[in-house]
Amino acid sequence: MTEPPIKVLLGKLGLDGHDRGIQVVAQALVDAGMEVIYTGLRQSPESLLRAAIEEDVDVIGVSSLSGAHNTLFPALVEACTKEGLDVILFGGGIIPEEDVAVLIEKGFDEIFTAGTPLSLIVTRLRELVKK
Amino acid sequence: MKTKDTKNFEEDKQSAGTYPYRRGIYPRMYRDRLWTMRQYAGFSSAAESNKRYHYLLDQGVTGLSVAFDLPTQIGYDSDQNEACGEVGRVGVPISSLEDMEELFDGIPLEKISVSMTINSTASILLCLLVALAKKKSVSPQLLKGTIQNDILKEYIARGTYRFPVDASMRLVTDVFAWASKELPGFNTISISGYHIREAGSTAVQEVAFTLADGIAYVEAALKAGLAVDDFAPRLSFFFNAHNNFFEEVAKFRAARELWARIMKERFKAKKEKSWQLRFHTQTAGSTLTAQQAPNNISRVTIQALAAVLGGTQSLHTNSMDEALSLPTEEGARTALRTQQIIAHESGVVEEVDPLGGSPYMEKLTDEIVEEASALINMIDDMGGMVKAVKNNWPQQEIRRSAYVSQKDLEEGRQKLVGVNCFEDETDSKPPLFKVDNSIEEKRKDKLKKLRERRDDLQVKEKLRALEKAASEDENVMPYLLDAVENYVTVGEICSTLQKVFGEYHS
Repeated sequence: MTEPPIKVLLGKLGLDGHDRGIQVVAQALVDAGMEVIYTGLRQSPESLLRAAIEEDVDVIGVSSLSGAHNTLFPALVEACTKEGLDVILFGGGIIPEEDVAVLIEKGFDEIFTAGTPLSLIVTRLRELVKK
Repeated sequence: MKTKDTKNFEEDKQSAGTYPYRRGIYPRMYRDRLWTMRQYAGFSSAAESNKRYHYLLDQGVTGLSVAFDLPTQIGYDSDQNEACGEVGRVGVPISSLEDMEELFDGIPLEKISVSMTINSTASILLCLLVALAKKKSVSPQLLKGTIQNDILKEYIARGTYRFPVDASMRLVTDVFAWASKELPGFNTISISGYHIREAGSTAVQEVAFTLADGIAYVEAALKAGLAVDDFAPRLSFFFNAHNNFFEEVAKFRAARELWARIMKERFKAKKEKSWQLRFHTQTAGSTLTAQQAPNNISRVTIQALAAVLGGTQSLHTNSMDEALSLPTEEGARTALRTQQIIAHESGVVEEVDPLGGSPYMEKLTDEIVEEASALINMIDDMGGMVKAVKNNWPQQEIRRSAYVSQKDLEEGRQKLVGVNCFEDETDSKPPLFKVDNSIEEKRKDKLKKLRERRDDLQVKEKLRALEKAASEDENVMPYLLDAVENYVTVGEICSTLQKVFGEYHS
């Protein structure tokens, strides 16, 4: 029996329009056999939470290159916790090393910064979902 | 569109400054005047950004280029919910004339040209600049500069749209019509391939999509009743300088030639100024690496040299630390010095189009002319760029190219030094630029005080007049100017316009 594919919700959190990275990641996850819902630009923690519940996803991935991650990423964690939603959370973008540690501490499972190979993202997400 | 025979190149050596301008739009190019060294900057607050502008001017930049924060670019004041987390991050937050006064404090607007990267709210920011000039007793007729005002590429690649496509196009043509009389020295648009390339397009797609956007703007302006030679001389362009050196030089030459032909043959423009593609260039941010950051200085140097050999009118060179954060002062200085070294030490400015006539360069140029023409024809067949954008066509094409280049990188077909070869485990990170976290609260406070100080009735009256003009298809520019002169904010204006126009969703 084959397992159902991993279901991933992706979105740009905040006002940032740099979506080259997230679009490439979306395609790579699809190529790796995952089911991907890309919600596009201008997502808020609330809009992502609603979509995640509706689509019953295993993973939420968000991106910001504008420096808003310290405010908006933890707000997503908070929204999920409040709702009791148990999903894998990962983020990407231009995120300084010291902020990566803070975001992990606040509840993100993984932060992939610029230059992370697509294959590594795929492998890591598979591991995280299995756990 | 067929290019001229390159066999005759020898006889044609003096052709810079003559149609179709493959070799440059001026006969003597940098022998007469260097390009404008214009470094994009803005962050935190008007006061902080003003300090950086003075610093850059002291260091020898010859024009300013304002980076606005995302809320300002999309039309939200710093105290609106939508702005949360984004205030002052990637640029300066500007809501009212009060902020503009601080931003340009001590800067002579009649002498220094100001470029503003602003699109869906370009009409408003332009009015703010005009209002500021008037307040400083500088005649708007003397203002020099550029607003980006290129909304199509926001839907295609950059993402700071606010209103639906048709309403946005109307704002663009309102600016063209109004500025052709009020601001004769101002570039009313900077039709941008830069972000299309950054989003992952190829060089040919960059040229084709940008010129197809240009065609769409010209058609919209003609449809709005403007005469081509009244607005076309104030159209300007903005391209990317990427890694592949010769291809990039050829790209600039090809774009120039194609646009000249489009304006003369397709739109029957009569003025030479309408045929001439003038452009700003920025080196490619997406080619910079977080790994071994000083290597980026070398990348920027090569890219900037391509822009200069391609005949750019102005240039921004990226800072070595941009893959990690906003530029530090030191990073910004080295980037500017790179331009100064090219201009004053390398000797490349002494000859016009020095690569012209090389069989390889002419062949590359011919190829880009041909391939981009074919793509433009394809877009024409789809009903033009406005329709193509609504159908997500260029968006999908760019996405596909981006994925291909990422795969090339990861599978080693494309080398990236320090990333997929010559890696260095001991790599240390340079110091980073940090935006002060208290900025959002300070902005909220400032806006609250402004709102308390203003005449509320007058603000409401200005917004009502604007709403009426917007819904009646009148040119909104005089109403926007009147509003901002009375300290109505960017956010208030956009909420009003949104009532009439609606909002765009991708």
